[in-house]
Amino acid sequence: MKHLIMATSVVAVLSSANAVSARDVTIGLQLEPPHLDPTSAAAGAIDQVLYSNVLEGLTRFSSDGSVVPGLAESWEVSEDGVIYTFALRDGVTFHDGTSFEAADVVFSLDRARGADSTNAQKGLFANIAGVQATDSQTVVITLDQPQGAFLFNLAWGDAVIVAPESIDDIKSTPIGTGAFRFEDWKQGDSIRLTRNDDYWGTPAQLDGATFKFISDPTAAFAAMMAEDIDAFYSYPAPENLAQFEADPRFTVLAGNTEGETIMAMNNKLPPFDNKLVRQAVSHAIDRAAIIDGAMFGYGTPIGSHFAPHNPAYVDLTGNSAYDPEKAKSLLTEAGYPNGFSTTLKLPPPSYARRGGEIIAAQLRAVGIEAEISNLEWAQWLEQAFKGYDFGLTIVSHTEPMDIGIYARPGYYFQYDNIDFQKLMTEFEVENDPDKRTAILQEAQTIISEDYVNAYLFQLALTSVVNAKLQGIWADAPTQAVDLTGVSWTD
Amino acid sequence: MLRYAVTRTGSLLLSLAVASLVIFAAIEVVPGDPAAFMLGLNAQADTVAALRDELGLNASLAERYFSWILGLLKGDLGTSYTYRSPVSEIVAERLVISLPLAGYALLLTMLVAFPAGIFAASRRGSAADVLVMGGTQLGVAIPNFWFAMIMVVIFAINLRWFSAGGFPGWDAGFLAAMKALTLPAIALALPQASILARVMRSALLDTLSSDYIRTARAKGLTKGQALRRHALRNAMIPVLTILGLQFSFLLAGAIIIENVFFLPGLGRLIFQAISQRDLIVVESVVMLLVFAVILVNFLVDLAYAWVDPRLRLRT
Repeated sequence: MKHLIMATSVVAVLSSANAVSARDVTIGLQLEPPHLDPTSAAAGAIDQVLYSNVLEGLTRFSSDGSVVPGLAESWEVSEDGVIYTFALRDGVTFHDGTSFEAADVVFSLDRARGADSTNAQKGLFANIAGVQATDSQTVVITLDQPQGAFLFNLAWGDAVIVAPESIDDIKSTPIGTGAFRFEDWKQGDSIRLTRNDDYWGTPAQLDGATFKFISDPTAAFAAMMAEDIDAFYSYPAPENLAQFEADPRFTVLAGNTEGETIMAMNNKLPPFDNKLVRQAVSHAIDRAAIIDGAMFGYGTPIGSHFAPHNPAYVDLTGNSAYDPEKAKSLLTEAGYPNGFSTTLKLPPPSYARRGGEIIAAQLRAVGIEAEISNLEWAQWLEQAFKGYDFGLTIVSHTEPMDIGIYARPGYYFQYDNIDFQKLMTEFEVENDPDKRTAILQEAQTIISEDYVNAYLFQLALTSVVNAKLQGIWADAPTQAVDLTGVSWTD
Repeated sequence: MLRYAVTRTGSLLLSLAVASLVIFAAIEVVPGDPAAFMLGLNAQADTVAALRDELGLNASLAERYFSWILGLLKGDLGTSYTYRSPVSEIVAERLVISLPLAGYALLLTMLVAFPAGIFAASRRGSAADVLVMGGTQLGVAIPNFWFAMIMVVIFAINLRWFSAGGFPGWDAGFLAAMKALTLPAIALALPQASILARVMRSALLDTLSSDYIRTARAKGLTKGQALRRHALRNAMIPVLTILGLQFSFLLAGAIIIENVFFLPGLGRLIFQAISQRDLIVVESVVMLLVFAVILVNFLVDLAYAWVDPRLRLRT
């Protein structure tokens, strides 16, 4: 009898789960967030779950990457471009019931830029001179100097607004203002969000969402095929995509990311301190073969460190067109007629591991022996990123609009060009959109013609989605799975 | 028996002390700064320093080793660098999956291996023996993750009898939870059952050819009676040894199967912690596993004494 009761209760639980699933969604993600505070870690998985869904900033990214008002309803910028006055939205409450006020903004931004801040993008706030609440609904931010990207910077996940009273537990229980509230985290398995019925904006159409963490590509395939999950965001096995495309139950979304995938060269390490060598390497690489062979055709070739979907993009792929003969003659001119040997250090993602094999073969064809070593991320950070101990390495730089890293001589590829640095300083303070575009185009051209790194492709985002689900973002202007506009069509 | 237990306990403690040193040294020597890892490519140097400070990574190696050991002695496994919650809580959450899974798999292993081993031994050389041994040969040879994937394709994708993986939690009900563990347990049990059946068979054959069995047969016992009353208990020593090893293996070594079925078990915790440089989790969990393995061996040693009275006197 006891068994019978247990069995029926199980059936009841299972069938009730099925009944609500029509208004609920299960999203597969490959990586699990290490903790739930986007303002103190770089892990993209934190933003994927929480950005816009649970935690919001003064501004936010919309699906096309443009910056739109978030918790700030509107703002005014002073003539000289250094004082921003934000009018906050009225009647916004945090998920714990407390009201959202100007003091929370002051707290969040001061925490992010403070001396003991552990914000992974602390540089975003470096230009802030002061944050003041003039009344409960108005915040005035004063900058050291004008900053064209300031509103853009505030839209990052690292700039979301958190309440001082929830900060102690934010790593396990994030409390925000978003359309979903955080409900439960089964560590190693899943995170559950439920709809916030008191949301200030358009309420979410879903009752709730479960993010399920499946790291193994084969397991991801099985879970999708068995319809255990409704969508797999950034599906990890491109080799299966054709199969999903052919299956009427699923839709494959192919979109853009902010990930410039490059083969970085150590600009201070001989022979890569010689521009001719870097140019030779760039001409030795056949991007089409890498995109087809390593990424199954997904990815857009790039010729500089800039996203092709950005309006300021210039196509510079011609500067480093595939030309092995030219590569060989450049090597001869540089004093390496018989080529040379170097290291190629590969972090774990498949673009690096698969792409690395192909690139090593292409380099060998022009006489360059690249010895591959596979590293875990932590090792890579220690050896290549911090220790400059590499000749070549492959990384996708996923931060939006990050061409500014070329103005940092200590950055791992060690590009030190004073003209470029000046140009970026100019860009920082420029507010005129046309001039900003012109500067960006000049910047792209400089690093492309200096052959700082070998520019491979813009990383594509491929997601597999249940055909009846709509509203999942195809592009990734930031690492977010924004569910606020997602709904079922049946 | 008491002296036997005391010497065993002494060697247990010594093993633990040595293991703690080796684990700590090995993990601290591996390059990779947890703080730099967490903050990524755009972090400023002062931010990394602030986080290192927050995590207590600036203390000397010796200080950190002793504070870790002192914590362990008090039952405090430390606080995870990445999850920022107590390691003991994280481990407890994983154990409620890993322990039942290991137990389930071990149960399946014994249910298959004992009858198969006894059956094959009692019909040595017959077609049935060849069939059982051929089957176990196959069971050892098939990689269990491959077998797991085949089961997923058949039972989850095509027949839809099971989920492709995941664990609903015990609050979803006992049956639902056990159902989620069934395919992983079978996948884990297949090679273990095959190994154990072979060990069972050869141990039985060894004892069956010994003098006391011949004597028992001479007294008029049938082959089956001699096997059940005399041979079986003597054959249990190697079987227990293997069983003990298998339990430890199932507890810690299920990483691949946990990945295939995306189960949040202990193996996956260690795997994640290593790649995230969550040193304290790796150290404490590995230490815990060493403790479990040593404890299981200790229990197996005691069990030897129980099945074989001669061992009690010898120490």
